[in-house]
Amino acid sequence: MLTAEDKKLICQIWGKIEGHQEEFGAEALERMFVTYPQTKTYFPHFDLSHGSDQVRGHGKKVVAALGNAAKSLDNLSQALSELSNLHAYNLRVDPVNFKAGWGLGLLSQCFQVVLAAHLGKDYTPEVHAAFDKFLSAVAAVLSEKYR
Amino acid sequence: MVHWSAEEKQLITSLWGKVNVEECGAEALARLLIVYPWTQRFFANFGNLSSPTAIIGNPKVRAHGKKVLSSFGEAIKNLDNIKTTYSKLSELHCEKLHVDPENFRLLGDILIIVLSAHFTKDFDPACQATWQKLVGVVAHALAYKYH
Repeated sequence: MLTAEDKKLICQIWGKIEGHQEEFGAEALERMFVTYPQTKTYFPHFDLSHGSDQVRGHGKKVVAALGNAAKSLDNLSQALSELSNLHAYNLRVDPVNFKAGWGLGLLSQCFQVVLAAHLGKDYTPEVHAAFDKFLSAVAAVLSEKYR
Repeated sequence: MVHWSAEEKQLITSLWGKVNVEECGAEALARLLIVYPWTQRFFANFGNLSSPTAIIGNPKVRAHGKKVLSSFGEAIKNLDNIKTTYSKLSELHCEKLHVDPENFRLLGDILIIVLSAHFTKDFDPACQATWQKLVGVVAHALAYKYH
């Protein structure tokens, strides 16, 4: 459950991500492909080499969607409705990839690692907790319509 | 038995050489208790855990964090024999401490984020992948003797 304080922290952090959407998104995806090679099975049509334009483009897309979610914290279901449909009926990415019970889903973990790597000390325990909750909430909405 | 390539061993030992075990351990445990507050159930006798500030400053949390991460050091010294190294600890966590093994996975993921925040750019994808493998192996070994 996102508290008012969580929402404030998420907005603050998002301010630091804006302007780096493509960079952070691409890095998160690259880390995910390297650390969890099974995730590559969803991208047989992509060039997954380091610096790939497709990965950069897709990373930018993913982070932009998260940014949209971050601006709609009071109504995540609605903001992510189309993406929720897409993931459930079209992409059918196994939810473990973005949500693994209470633990971090694979992409969620990698995105947090990117933030920690770039923000260092600014990725405080409080920000970490708020962001983890945010990503879990997004994951929950994305997997809502799976069955 | 887990196979470690020469590169993986190098990535593990060279990073470990730069880790301040007391600081990183304290931070990892504090973040576990902050990000996943239900984990506080195992530390009822630790005193004040009422806020992130209280948790971070709590001397028992710091001391225990140091103890936990020091034990990681043992795994790193015995990469080819982690299950045996953790055999007794596994029994302890099952029979006396009654800790759900899911907590080992949570702490492992948190440790990765702490390392990323500390080492920033140096904690590159290859490094993350190797360390995620290590924390996964440690978690598995700690759960191995559960019955």
